[in-house]
Amino acid sequence: MQHFFFNTDLGFTILTLAQALAVLVPLLMGVAYLTYGERKVLAAIQIRKGPNVTGPFGLMQPFADAIKMLTKETVIPADANRALFLIAPILTFALAMIAWAVIPTNNGWAVADLNVGTLYLFAISSLGVYGILIAGWASNSKYAFLGGLRSAAQMVSYEVSIGLVIVCVLLCVGSLNLNDVILAQRHVWFCIPLFPMFVVFFISALAETNRAPFDLPEGESELVAGFMVEYSSLSFGLFFLGEYANMILMSALTAILFLGGWLAPFDIAPFTWIPGPLWLIAKILCILFVFIWVRGTFPRYRYDQLMRLGWKVFLPFSLAWMVLTAGFLMATGLLPQNPGLAHTPPAIASGDTK
Amino acid sequence: MIVTAFFYIFAAILVASAGMVVAARNPVHAVLFLILAFFNAAGLFLIAGAEFLAMILVIVYVGAVAVLFLFVVMMLDIRFDQMREGLQRYAPIGAAVGLVLFAELVATLAGLKIAPVEAAAPAASGLTNSAELGLVIYTRYIFLFQACGIVLLVAMIGAIVLTLRERVSSRKQDIAVQHARHPADTLVMADPVAGSGMDGQILRAPGWTPALDKPAPARLETTS
Repeated sequence: MQHFFFNTDLGFTILTLAQALAVLVPLLMGVAYLTYGERKVLAAIQIRKGPNVTGPFGLMQPFADAIKMLTKETVIPADANRALFLIAPILTFALAMIAWAVIPTNNGWAVADLNVGTLYLFAISSLGVYGILIAGWASNSKYAFLGGLRSAAQMVSYEVSIGLVIVCVLLCVGSLNLNDVILAQRHVWFCIPLFPMFVVFFISALAETNRAPFDLPEGESELVAGFMVEYSSLSFGLFFLGEYANMILMSALTAILFLGGWLAPFDIAPFTWIPGPLWLIAKILCILFVFIWVRGTFPRYRYDQLMRLGWKVFLPFSLAWMVLTAGFLMATGLLPQNPGLAHTPPAIASGDTK
Repeated sequence: MIVTAFFYIFAAILVASAGMVVAARNPVHAVLFLILAFFNAAGLFLIAGAEFLAMILVIVYVGAVAVLFLFVVMMLDIRFDQMREGLQRYAPIGAAVGLVLFAELVATLAGLKIAPVEAAAPAASGLTNSAELGLVIYTRYIFLFQACGIVLLVAMIGAIVLTLRERVSSRKQDIAVQHARHPADTLVMADPVAGSGMDGQILRAPGWTPALDKPAPARLETTS
């Protein structure tokens, strides 16, 4: 049996598919209940009750919403570019799903334990802009197009500072593997020594997922619903699912890079009894709560303020912090040694620059 | 077996989409096919075991460069009939450039050595892709690497110099100036006598200057 699953092509394919399902099904349930949780938290912030009619405590509300969305009519605008109009939501949703392949949920538990896991996540999150840009263009509508352009500029701008923050973390880890990133935080979570970067990363994550206070691509009051304005039914539903799955993904990434991923807060008995995946989920939930809390608290940014924050504040700050981190690690000799470098050819290791 | 199948899938889509970049009538479609081509090239890199290069290709070209391409192409109002007009006239120049590039490609491929003599020794096994690259780039090829960086820096500064110009007619908000304002600079407490009003006089704070030093944006002439 073990031979079949690990040593034959067919068995390994079945195993990988089963692993993918084991990640995606809880993820989609999580997305469904994130919409419910968001409405409940916002309601609590605004001293309302929120959804409380469908099922006990309104717990069946996500299913009611899903059924409503599925049974509606799909409307495609007459002048829209049909193929691209339909590809855009599928792309957004698919990208939000495939990023989960590298997220480790316990020591070494990931569908694909890539050596370049961090780069993979960064690449996938930088592709997210295409779904929105294509949707905005293919809709052939002014509001959708403006929303798409805003979103493209916003996501490209904040990716730069996210990239520099990730470099800071990787300097302290010495590996691009996400599992190594977590293992490097055994003694202290990176949110303590790299606290300013933690804040920059979280705010950039808000901008990257187009969440309040940076939800200008949607901007109900000026762009109706931005790039989604022409979408209906299931195609809208896919955008919606993709957006919330991206929120969970960015929360998971924050938890992995700064809050120790699946590690327990203290490496002593009562904490280590709780298995790793539960710690990861708990951390993701805390960060998601902050996402919603921020939405309930802050007014929307003006677009020029958003750009100024990204390019003139976060970019120089994270660049300076990166240089500082590198200098500090070099000066104190704390620079992590890549385990593979132990058996390096001596000609290269001794700085042969010919 | 699966790897071979994927190699042919990636390669076929890569060649087909590269052809469509040239053949597509709509420029937005052409850019999207270009992105698809980049993506499949990244897939081929992965199959060749160059995972770091694959990810960098996706991050840099697909995630940043092509987004800006798409951004610009979407905003341009391209008329296809106008583009067709110049085709006859420019075709010989285009063909000549293509021929030169093709000849260079042939010359390069003809002189290609699979394993150049000067190449760095293959790193010991157990090193990850990115570690191997780092070891070579930051030691043996450090000067070439730095030279690339300088070329990119010059290109970046050049682009900024070419596009940056102070627009005199736009009113910009300077957040630092706004924050530096103090009520004492702008507010004067008046105590007018009841029934007489301010007598039409306007009070100014001691160091008051007009808020807008720049001329107002040119207004459209309203026809009366």
